[in-house]
Amino acid sequence: MKNQNLYNYILTIADNSLILAQRLGELCGHGPNLETDIALTNISLDLLGQTRSYYQYAAKISGEDKTEDDIAFLRIEREYKNCLLVEQPNTHFGYVIGRQFLFDVYHFMLMEKLQNSKDETLTAIAKKSIKEVSYHKRFSSDWIKRLGDGTEESNVKMQEAIDDLWRYTDELFLMTEAEKIMVKEGIGIDVSSFKEKYYEEVAEVLKDATLNVPENKYFTKGGKEGVHTEHMGYILADLQYMQRTYPNMTW
Amino acid sequence: MTKTANIETQLIPVLETVSDPEIPVLSVLDLGVIREAIERDGMVQIKLTPTYSGCPAMDVIADDLKKAFSEIGKKAEVELVISPAWSTDWISEEGLKKMEEYGIARPLSESHDKDVLLGEKKMVKCPQCGSTNTHLVSQFGSTACKALFKCDDCHEPFDYFKCLK
Repeated sequence: MKNQNLYNYILTIADNSLILAQRLGELCGHGPNLETDIALTNISLDLLGQTRSYYQYAAKISGEDKTEDDIAFLRIEREYKNCLLVEQPNTHFGYVIGRQFLFDVYHFMLMEKLQNSKDETLTAIAKKSIKEVSYHKRFSSDWIKRLGDGTEESNVKMQEAIDDLWRYTDELFLMTEAEKIMVKEGIGIDVSSFKEKYYEEVAEVLKDATLNVPENKYFTKGGKEGVHTEHMGYILADLQYMQRTYPNMTW
Repeated sequence: MTKTANIETQLIPVLETVSDPEIPVLSVLDLGVIREAIERDGMVQIKLTPTYSGCPAMDVIADDLKKAFSEIGKKAEVELVISPAWSTDWISEEGLKKMEEYGIARPLSESHDKDVLLGEKKMVKCPQCGSTNTHLVSQFGSTACKALFKCDDCHEPFDYFKCLK
């Protein structure tokens, strides 16, 4: 493929949105109450819409006879480039909110920068997405505060989720080869450039929520290179089921 | 980057007949999602922009547009464009009025929108009784573009069209 690096770079961003959308989609009809259920699936839909824009672009530049559906449904686990954070399960509502919050703060900062990419399509997607992501961030930050500063039990559960998910945050700022090359070309974003700002903003919300900022310095990585946690296979089994069972099916 | 849509006058009557499936009182023109509609060599070329990235109404709207033109014997092709990104400013004044009559509160200005969605101010007007004594139930409503509110005077729940800029 001629544009292999750009292709990989697009997937590095897009796969996060796809897998998180899939995780949130699992909650459709299972949210803790009607309003939250609708909110989570609304967020899922936004992310899925963004994913489609990225995949359509990736399919176009691949120079191969590919469609957005091929990219979404017909890759093997090692070819998905999402970070480990977004594939973590919906253990309890604290985890759903914790995962969303830790991702939203990152996602917002990434979209802010991507608006200035040299690549016109990525710029357009970022400009569209950031409006949606600002709503997601507001929603998840709000819930972090409600749960953290809520009852004794909600505080314990929210803290448990943040402590558990913390180990996946460092990976957000590790750069793959494709990312480094794209940064040099003025297309990609140097994610390490807003790492400090990220941890500051996260800490501020956690403090507001009367939660502790984890001191854990042990971090896990691998997702961006295609080495996922055990959860990923189950997500893909669900996600790919129809295409694998009935190849080339359409609605 | 132009914000004004390039729509040929003779195509307007047909475009007016196509509505948003989720807010059927609004035509695609009221909503401001048609960015270009021109006729070249017997082919109507339309550029359509989504309100939100994942808006499921887009595919339906594209099909409805093609159908509307085929009924008058014209072929149409619809291209989805995402730049410049859609804004609630593009909804026409007439569209806003129709929306309110339909029971959806119109978007406030950007800063006021933030205030009401954070629950700090009461400014959203109940489309049923006109009271601004309303409160936010959920930042996300029945579709991505709306938030759910409830009126504390007439007690009716209603949708508020979120400001998007």
